[in-house]
Amino acid sequence: MRTPAANRPYRLPPPLFDARCRACWWVAGVLALVVASFVSLDLQLGAFFSGAALSSMGRFLAEFVPPDFSGPFVRSVAVAAWETLAMSALGTVLAAAAGLLLALPASRRHAGDPAHGRAPARLLLNTLRAVPELVWAALLLIAAGLGPFAGTLALAVHTTGVLGRLFAEALENAAPGPADALRAQGGGTVPVFLYATLPQVLPQLMSYALYRWENNIRAAAVLGVVGAGGLGQMLSFHMGLFQMHKTATVLIAMLLLVALVDLVSFAWRRGLMR
Amino acid sequence: MNGVRPAQRDPAWTGRVGLLLTAAVLLWPLLVATEFKPWLLLDADAARVTGHFLASFLPPAMSPEFLWLVAAGTWRTVAMATAGITLGLLLAVPLTLVATRALSVSALSGRMAALPLVVRQAARGLLIVLRSVPELVWALVFVRVVGLGPAAGVLAIALTYGGMLGKVYAEILESGDAQVTQTLLRNGASRLQAFTYGLLPQNAAELTSYTVYRWECAIRSSVVLGFVGAGGLGQLMDGSMKMFAGGEVLTLLLVFVALVALADRLSAALRRALG
Repeated sequence: MRTPAANRPYRLPPPLFDARCRACWWVAGVLALVVASFVSLDLQLGAFFSGAALSSMGRFLAEFVPPDFSGPFVRSVAVAAWETLAMSALGTVLAAAAGLLLALPASRRHAGDPAHGRAPARLLLNTLRAVPELVWAALLLIAAGLGPFAGTLALAVHTTGVLGRLFAEALENAAPGPADALRAQGGGTVPVFLYATLPQVLPQLMSYALYRWENNIRAAAVLGVVGAGGLGQMLSFHMGLFQMHKTATVLIAMLLLVALVDLVSFAWRRGLMR
Repeated sequence: MNGVRPAQRDPAWTGRVGLLLTAAVLLWPLLVATEFKPWLLLDADAARVTGHFLASFLPPAMSPEFLWLVAAGTWRTVAMATAGITLGLLLAVPLTLVATRALSVSALSGRMAALPLVVRQAARGLLIVLRSVPELVWALVFVRVVGLGPAAGVLAIALTYGGMLGKVYAEILESGDAQVTQTLLRNGASRLQAFTYGLLPQNAAELTSYTVYRWECAIRSSVVLGFVGAGGLGQLMDGSMKMFAGGEVLTLLLVFVALVALADRLSAALRRALG
């Protein structure tokens, strides 16, 4: 009998590309996609980083200072900021309610559940989710008219898709014990959901909704660009007129609002997790 | 409550009803601020306009010239997202290396020295600023500077996603077990060596899967950027909506939903192959 070698036998490192390695093919495909993208777009980034373009960029940025902090303008920015905040908050609340309603058919909550509605409900949620807020806003403007109402609806519709799917996952992953116990005692579907499943997952659902609120405040800030009210509308208006000092004020308000919502949501979520 | 048998009484009903009432009171100012008037949707005039628009959705536009336009727009959307993410990576990777605390040599023995601390916080701050400005705002700025076209969209995606990727990369790198990296650094490896032989192999799967997920998000973003003139599906959609060409809007929406679903599948498969 031969004794095994004391050292591991020397092996060459694996070749960089091997026709039998699937990851290699994926990487090659990704590289091809990147190259094809740059070639087909013809970006002329060289021209962008040339001296002339950089100095025009510098001049453009210099126009932003100083921001316009005159009283009446700040007041109108504050009103728009409140409108944006309200759009994002109400949109999230509506979406949480609608998402929960759609998550019920979209989830199989116990083993005996036939869940006939699961596939169609998930298809609906995925469709709502696939179309971005801004596209929904542009579509809803026709029905709801210019203004924050269309923006709120657009946020609500898109977020319903996102939250509905997350809620459905959460409902399916909830521990089945309490619900089974109530069902064995003869509890109907509604009481079982309200008294066993929902209390169990509620902190998680709240935390998902708060996370989406952080996303929605960013979306709400720009929805106005297509005419759906709030800070975005002011931004595109003043930028269109090249009033850069006012644009700078609106941008500062946007950043502050986003930071504020992030802070509130972070503190709230930490409270929920405790 | 006398009529209800004790077993069916909800002992916490006062609290629940109280919470709902408080929520309703808090919601009221939001409803006022957003001019929330759903009955306007059912108003005769508005309903007629909406009805006409929805009716014009059918049949979807299927003429060869239009489909050709849509195909070109789809490719442009995908290419903008891909190029944007690639440029974003060029921005995110160096900033991540600067911002990661796990690669600090001075932090090996007690507290991080003052200068590296300032540099790391500055890199973090830059990432946060890049990330907090929505890509649409960057695009509006770049459209002013480089003019209409894909360059503005690609740069906007690169800046926003560079910030997002950099911040999350740094978090991923710091969340894992730091021991390998620390051992390498203690034994005299350079920071770059400690990264490539310690941190990177540990976290490669997570980093890749997050990047691919963000590529998927970038496709959605690049459609939106089309609305401010960056080209692709978004610009086509904007044009069709302004002309109330419902059939074209429906075709574009269908193509878009299919594209997002396809990107979703691809990214899941890619994550599985690499993970």
